[in-house]
Amino acid sequence: MNRAKSQRRFVLACLAPAVILVAIFIFYPTINVFKMSLFRMGAITNTSEFVGLSNFKTLMEDKNFLEAMQNTILIIVLVMICTIVLAILFAALLSRGKFKGKNFFRVIFYIPNILSIVVIGGIFGAIYDPSNGLLNTFLEAIHLDGLTHKWMGEPDIVIYSVIFALVWQAIGYYMVMYMSGMSAIPEDLYEAASLDGSSEIHTFFSVTLPLIWTNIRTTLTFYIISTINLSFLFVQIMTDGGPNGKTEVFLNYMYKQAYGNGAYGYGMAIGVVVFLFSFILAAIVNKITDREVYEM
Amino acid sequence: MNKHKKPGNIVSKVVIYIALIVLAISIIVPVAWVFMASFKQNSEFIGKGTNPWALPKKWFVQNYQVAFQDAQMGEFLFNTILVTVLALVLILVIALPAAYVLSRFKFRGNKILNIIFMAGLFINVNYIVVPIFLMLSDWDTALGFQFFLDNRFILALIYASCHLPFTIYLLSSYFKTLPRGFEEAAYIDGCSYFKTMVKIMIPMAKPSIITVLLFNFLTFWNEYIIAYTLMDEHGTLAMGLKNLMAVERTATNYGIMYAGLVIVMLPVLIFYICVQKRLTEGMTLGGLKG
Repeated sequence: MNRAKSQRRFVLACLAPAVILVAIFIFYPTINVFKMSLFRMGAITNTSEFVGLSNFKTLMEDKNFLEAMQNTILIIVLVMICTIVLAILFAALLSRGKFKGKNFFRVIFYIPNILSIVVIGGIFGAIYDPSNGLLNTFLEAIHLDGLTHKWMGEPDIVIYSVIFALVWQAIGYYMVMYMSGMSAIPEDLYEAASLDGSSEIHTFFSVTLPLIWTNIRTTLTFYIISTINLSFLFVQIMTDGGPNGKTEVFLNYMYKQAYGNGAYGYGMAIGVVVFLFSFILAAIVNKITDREVYEM
Repeated sequence: MNKHKKPGNIVSKVVIYIALIVLAISIIVPVAWVFMASFKQNSEFIGKGTNPWALPKKWFVQNYQVAFQDAQMGEFLFNTILVTVLALVLILVIALPAAYVLSRFKFRGNKILNIIFMAGLFINVNYIVVPIFLMLSDWDTALGFQFFLDNRFILALIYASCHLPFTIYLLSSYFKTLPRGFEEAAYIDGCSYFKTMVKIMIPMAKPSIITVLLFNFLTFWNEYIIAYTLMDEHGTLAMGLKNLMAVERTATNYGIMYAGLVIVMLPVLIFYICVQKRLTEGMTLGGLKG
């Protein structure tokens, strides 16, 4: 009797701080995102007026938002494709290849993932600098002057410069994820394949790839959610949406409207749409890629 | 097995090495270049005939002096250390008991709470940073003076709170793997619940605690958007660096800017070299990204 009571007290004491903090700093603000999206709020006048879904209606006709949406989708698709191909390739090389220095490469490839986004922004500032940048001076040195660009200034190119930075940052992380999947594949499968005379490349497609399929599927959701988030931070630091909205992305536009412009209600409406967009997209991708998994 | 001597194999080996080396260079060279550039004088960056690949004419350490003193990077460094340590302590003290109880006790509401914390995993801080800002600013208005905004302790508390779901998820999945018998034995010996947790169970969870500390250290140290939104005078390194980059780029004081970059990334790089093995192993344990 007494024991049960003291257990209840112990459980309560252990959980209370965590529950209270999560409620105040995660769930209450989240509810507020949804609530505020239905209001028109002014930062200076400090008024708020219930406007129903009017913010969402404005949003659907907002050219800047639609451009941000286009850019974000382009970024998600390209970052996903490039990272997945490169990360799987390097994971396969480092976990199956027989050569020296594998550990060295693994350690190096993971470095971009531990750096602050601000630092990465600074590094790419140095790489992309039009006159004295590492990339342009390198291209000039190998006599490819024709390929030099204002990487952060030319409207047609700048989004690819941001995408490149995002891929550069992501490869190491996903490579390690795929490597852990590959290390779970039993060695005898490879031996059997090699006895059958299967080439390395054929083995990769018939053994390795199907067996890390679950792994790849999980990461697809990660790509969608984390690219939406990271593209915000990269853009916020590297270009702030410029030049002329060419690199504007979902959450940067939200942040600008809400924090910069003080249009809190409108900003939060953007947040709601992006939130739903990312979940629906993740669900669709999850559904499409749902196929029979090879059991190990 | 004995295919090593085939010419095709040598070609593929060369291709493999080239691919690996290209990626490695794309990472090592820019990072190393920033270190080098941080010792250059201003005249070595600007104007025609300056070669960004040249070594510094002399090792111009004054860049660091200026960055630390005039650009206040020293102060930002102190703030970042303070906030990071505080947030790490908070998150352990709060998450460990919660994770322990959630994973090893049967009580009413256990399932619901597990679902709630899982749901928290899906809410990224980027979405809620502005509402958090508004909430704190409302509290300040109610209070009549500024307390919650631009407060390093509150910032640490928010860092810890926002990463509680991830941390609790990771810790409780580890607690679940520990064998049952220990607690019963401790209770029979007359240990209280609290003592059993602190003296017996938490020490056994050490591997997962280390993983949690490593990941949260990196997140808190590098965190940028919350600090940028909530802080003003008591900013952190990442935020100070962003301002420094904006100021020094327009003033074309590149040397100081790169010194600032080094100040932010050097501690992380040293940390990474010490723990890289544990970090990448721990990643597969967590398998999650913020």
